Amino acid sequence: MKIIEYQTIVEEVKEMCKKANYNLGEDVYTAFSQALKTEKSETGREVLSQLIENADIAKAEQVPMCQDTGTAVFIVELGQNCQITGGSLVEAINEGVAKGYGEGYLRNSIIHHPLDRKNTGNNTPAIVHIELVEEEHIVIHMTAKGGGAENMSDLKMLKPSDGVDGIKEYVLDIVKKAGPNACPPLVVGIGIGGNFERCAYLAKKSLFRPIGIRNHDQTIAAMEEELMMEINRLGIGPQGLGGSTTALDVKIEAEACHIAALPVAVNLNCHASRHQTSILM
Amino acid sequence: MQKKIDLPLNHSDIVSLKAGDRVLLSGVVYTARDAAHKRMYEQEEMGMPLPIDLTNQVLYYVGPTPEKPGEVIGSAGPTTSSRMDAYTPKLIAKGLKGMIGKGYRSDEVKQAIMNHKAVYFGAVGGAAALISRSIKSSEVIAYPDLGTEAIRKLVIENFPVFVINDVYGGDIYIDGTTKYKRENE
Ligand code: SF4
Repeated sequence: MKIIEYQTIVEEVKEMCKKANYNLGEDVYTAFSQALKTEKSETGREVLSQLIENADIAKAEQVPMCQDTGTAVFIVELGQNCQITGGSLVEAINEGVAKGYGEGYLRNSIIHHPLDRKNTGNNTPAIVHIELVEEEHIVIHMTAKGGGAENMSDLKMLKPSDGVDGIKEYVLDIVKKAGPNACPPLVVGIGIGGNFERCAYLAKKSLFRPIGIRNHDQTIAAMEEELMMEINRLGIGPQGLGGSTTALDVKIEAEACHIAALPVAVNLNCHASRHQTSILM
Repeated sequence: MQKKIDLPLNHSDIVSLKAGDRVLLSGVVYTARDAAHKRMYEQEEMGMPLPIDLTNQVLYYVGPTPEKPGEVIGSAGPTTSSRMDAYTPKLIAKGLKGMIGKGYRSDEVKQAIMNHKAVYFGAVGGAAALISRSIKSSEVIAYPDLGTEAIRKLVIENFPVFVINDVYGGDIYIDGTTKYKRENE
């Protein structure tokens, strides 16, 4: 039995929230530099240069790279033989988020209720997904997910006969509709299969995989690459001003589903793709 | 080519701007996003005076992060403009001449921009730390209870934007995408 202290989780989460917002991941930074070399539009290159400079400033001054410091979303791999003492896992995460967003001068963007719309004042509650695993550890994955790109995301129950072509057509359609609103260049997260709610989760989960890392399933990996090329042919470009860099990457997670179903979810992420992972042993 | 424009906007500057132009703005802008727009709109409907005179002014759609001690303002990049579309034509009719945000505008807003000779600028969404460097002062002047959504008066210097929608009906989101879709074939 592994014992993990409530307070350890609070402190870890607090730091993750700050780091995610201040330090753009190497994967995204490298993708920017790569895109700067290949982007055809001068305006597009200007946007990419601004994004690189922005990331440098945010890191050097330890300030948020974007003013929308996001919804704090967590996927926790929880070892089934781990025990948390001193409080619950979800409470610890929320306390860590409240501290991280407060001490880190991050923006509070969460409201109590979708209709009364009053700010909770500390960016909680976080969204927490828990996956039970056999290992004796807790792995916390965190993302600060911006509202602009989340708002342009979508889910559709396709027919099995729509097949791969139908999936691609649907994804391209969502990216086109999002245009400049989702702050391209994007990371496009796609869930295929599962059921209605599982599919949306798969799309979100795919975004936790770093840029450049392909799905281990060869067929899915090939589809990621094909979609990436097709999306970049759309011409939307950095910030939607026209260009050849619309997506920095495409991620797909696929799972078993019902004989009658082909659920597909598209979770768009902006270039401010902010992730942190922490392992508590 | 990069143009420099001083605010408040004057007519000749507005009509000289074309969709796709890169512009550096200097002068005063007022911040307002969802909640401030809603409140201004409701006050206007009730015949109450607005807290700021919008004549010839520019609104910046932003909800900044809290400033650290010693900072003028926190990170302050643009938010999605379409959420303001329902209110914008009325504000343009009241004399508003410019807007800074990101993303598509509705046909009604584009029409109001053409009819009343106004302009919609896009700042780079997500470049908030960089953008903050061109904000020289910041003061909450109305609706302080709205927190990050309060109306602030900002003095900006060489604030980088692109012209998205001009008085001639130009729209760089449409034109840029069409051009590069062809080039990427
Ligand atoms: S979509 Fe992303 S980059 Fe754009 S404003 Fe929102 S969080 Fe920032």
